[in-house]
Amino acid sequence: MAIVMDADRMGRSLARIAHEILERNAGPTDVDELALVGMRTRGVPIAKRIAAAIRGINAHEIPTGALDITLYRDDLMRHAVGPQPLVRRTEIPFSIDDKRILLVDDVLYTGRTIRAALDALIDFGRPKAIQLIVLVDRGHRELPIKADYVGKNLPTSLSQSVQVHLTEIDGRDEVEIRES
Amino acid sequence: MAKRLLKGGRVVDPANGRDGVFDVLMDGDRIARVGHDLTVDAGVTVVEIPSGLVVCPGLIDMHVHLREPGQEHKETVATGTAAAVAGGFTAVACMPNTSPVNDNAGVTEYILKKAAEANLARVYPIGAVSRGQAGEQLAEIGELHQAGCVAITDDGRPVATAMLMRRALEYAGMFSMPVIEHCEDQTLKGDGVAHEGFHASALGLRGIPGQAESIMALRDIALAELTAGVVHIAHMSARQTLDAVRWGKSRGARVTCEVTPHHFVLTDEMLRAPIAYDTNVKMNPPLREPADRDAMLAGLADGSVDVIATDHAPHHYDEKRVEFDHAGVISLSRLVELLSVNPARILRVPGGSLSEGASADISILAPDLHVTVSAAAMRSRSKNTPFDGWKLRGGVAATIVGGRTVYVNDEIGLSL
Amino acid sequence: MKKDLLGIGDLTRDEIYLILDTAEAMREIGQRPIKKVPTLRGKTVVNLFYEPSTRTRTSFEIAEKRLSADTLNIAVATSSVLKGETLVDTAMNIEAMAPDVIVLRHASSGACHVLSRICRSRVINAGDGMHEHPTQALLDAFTIREHKKRIDGLKVVIVGDLLHSRVLRSNVLLLTELGADVWVCGPSTLVPIGVERLGVRVSTSVEEAVKDADVIMMLRIQHERMQGAFIPSVREYFNTFGMTPARVSRAKPDVIIMHPGPMNRGVEIASEVADGPYSVILEQVANGVAVRMAVLYLLAGGVED
Repeated sequence: MAIVMDADRMGRSLARIAHEILERNAGPTDVDELALVGMRTRGVPIAKRIAAAIRGINAHEIPTGALDITLYRDDLMRHAVGPQPLVRRTEIPFSIDDKRILLVDDVLYTGRTIRAALDALIDFGRPKAIQLIVLVDRGHRELPIKADYVGKNLPTSLSQSVQVHLTEIDGRDEVEIRES
Repeated sequence: MAKRLLKGGRVVDPANGRDGVFDVLMDGDRIARVGHDLTVDAGVTVVEIPSGLVVCPGLIDMHVHLREPGQEHKETVATGTAAAVAGGFTAVACMPNTSPVNDNAGVTEYILKKAAEANLARVYPIGAVSRGQAGEQLAEIGELHQAGCVAITDDGRPVATAMLMRRALEYAGMFSMPVIEHCEDQTLKGDGVAHEGFHASALGLRGIPGQAESIMALRDIALAELTAGVVHIAHMSARQTLDAVRWGKSRGARVTCEVTPHHFVLTDEMLRAPIAYDTNVKMNPPLREPADRDAMLAGLADGSVDVIATDHAPHHYDEKRVEFDHAGVISLSRLVELLSVNPARILRVPGGSLSEGASADISILAPDLHVTVSAAAMRSRSKNTPFDGWKLRGGVAATIVGGRTVYVNDEIGLSL
Repeated sequence: MKKDLLGIGDLTRDEIYLILDTAEAMREIGQRPIKKVPTLRGKTVVNLFYEPSTRTRTSFEIAEKRLSADTLNIAVATSSVLKGETLVDTAMNIEAMAPDVIVLRHASSGACHVLSRICRSRVINAGDGMHEHPTQALLDAFTIREHKKRIDGLKVVIVGDLLHSRVLRSNVLLLTELGADVWVCGPSTLVPIGVERLGVRVSTSVEEAVKDADVIMMLRIQHERMQGAFIPSVREYFNTFGMTPARVSRAKPDVIIMHPGPMNRGVEIASEVADGPYSVILEQVANGVAVRMAVLYLLAGGVED
């Protein structure tokens, strides 16, 4: 087990991402069109932190929602008999039509979760653009998906697992990698 | 048929006050002698009865449905009597709710002809009280009697009106035939399907209170007192009915009654567990609550119940042995009274004793045999039983009707 | 979860809460512009209805369609029942076409148990005779929890035809399991024998029963019951047991009034009550879809072997 990102580095990474977002969406009306959608579970607090960071930079309030992609998973009906994955609430309290959606997740891996999230988002309307933010990109993509903003690129082997801990949920900020 | 000697078995013959080791000598279709250490001439076949087996007068099931004519897919006289002898019964009395109903001498003669062809257990037809069992006009009871019916009943449905029951008791009384009553007040029963109680309520099944049975038993007992008739209460299930019978007997009314193994072993708890809505425990009258079951056991022990009957195309004798799971309730001698002596007395048919000169109808029982009830292995065409898989103690070694061996249990292998 | 949902007794307390929590998430789907998720894509659900029931069948059908299942409705009038085919025969024919879920409504108590024993498909009881209607109880609990934030410790009064009601049995099992103080009230001709053994208080005085109630749940009085002489007349029933504003006023000020529908206004419930501010009857209907989506999702998942 190794800690690959501590609280300090995590904070700096998210601050950098906030700046990058504003740089890449620099048109006159762009910032008004931004909206953050965090993917449950850990994408949600990360999205809120990025919203707070942007507010700290330009006092702009970016609307923030939460997306649960369980019902869109491509492996949902393929697992062996047993309890179904828990479905949690999706809360997107704004229209995503013509918005620049910043989709937020903690770890980017095969890309299948993001595929499900894109399907889910499209059911809410027709955004102008969707950009992807991840705290960690650990590689091993199985679908043609690429993140627009990455906190840390982390080379891993398939036998390893990457665990993101966040104060809001786990009581501490750190990313660890372990052999599974 | 030659002479045969059953040597050294425990003979239980309450009609003659016997319960001990005796030899039984059969001469052709008759019982020639019963005594200790009988000496016999050369040429007499001697059958050694191993200790532990019981020799008793042939068992009589006075409430079966052979379904022939009309419903031969369910049962026939041949399959029903095959099941009967395998269950230790030398005689059965069959209910008239066939198709057509046994309400005329033609049907009675047909049944007797089929019984003669099968040539296994004796068959005593029971005629209908009313034409078509419709509850309106008396059947030709005199002709039924002449043709061979031993009792009358509208079993399957009760005699609807007090007036018709009165007439039936009066008329059948001329021939000393009992009227067997399926006691069930139809208005109280309604469309009920289970005993009215907690379990039926929990399952959302419409209930039938015990009083639906006892009310009609009280009516019939009163009518038996009014007339010269004899009433026999079939397949009693409710404790209130047993109380009614006790009351009638205490007054000297001519009333007798029977219970089925289901009703003194099982309760309505089986509606829910182990299998909810198991159709094998759905029956009429319904399985009742533990207080009723316990009352039936008490009635068997104290003598207020006269007969154990199956109310079915004959079940196996194993099922009747279930009561031994309730050890100490009744003696073997009492069991023979319930299954042989009293049915013969009530129906006024031969049997019920091993008296010298009596017909050689003999059951040889194996009280210690361990038996597992298997619906699939039943001889009857009916494979429905709430006892499937039950492990019971008590079986049948052999059955002899009129001196002729009609069943031998291979597991015990008596050379009869 | 077990293979089938035949009754509330099939569920543990945790499973009940899981269904209610999942239903919270499912409800949001109904508020989206596109009210559909791909979850049960490729699954076949047969709605086998032997009794007419617009409300329950529609609710199940919407739930199934929102989860992208292929649905097939078989109603009694168009099925082979009229040709004398038994439930077992019909079920085996349907089973041969390999549906994933069968939703059954039948007039006989225990019909779902029979189906469950012969079918590999999952069976959901949509009401069997006088026995159970588990999804109704779950949506009632969902509605109560939404308003009261809890179920434990609430006084819930169920008034009406207790004897013939499958809604009663399911609700009693569920609400007592979750710790509610459940009262049942109706004319003594319509009280099931031994119902108190299910852990409820029985009263034949509606005034006593509704006192300080948090929830009043009305049960329908069916007109055909009058022929069985269970009650003398509709007028007398309304006078003695009908839910009037005066009776509601004896309950807690924030009481909610529920009814599984369809209502008989002026028989078991006064119009002022049915349409009053404390009535949540239409919310129950809306919540029914979410709860049934939750049940379908939780039961239909997973492949065998």
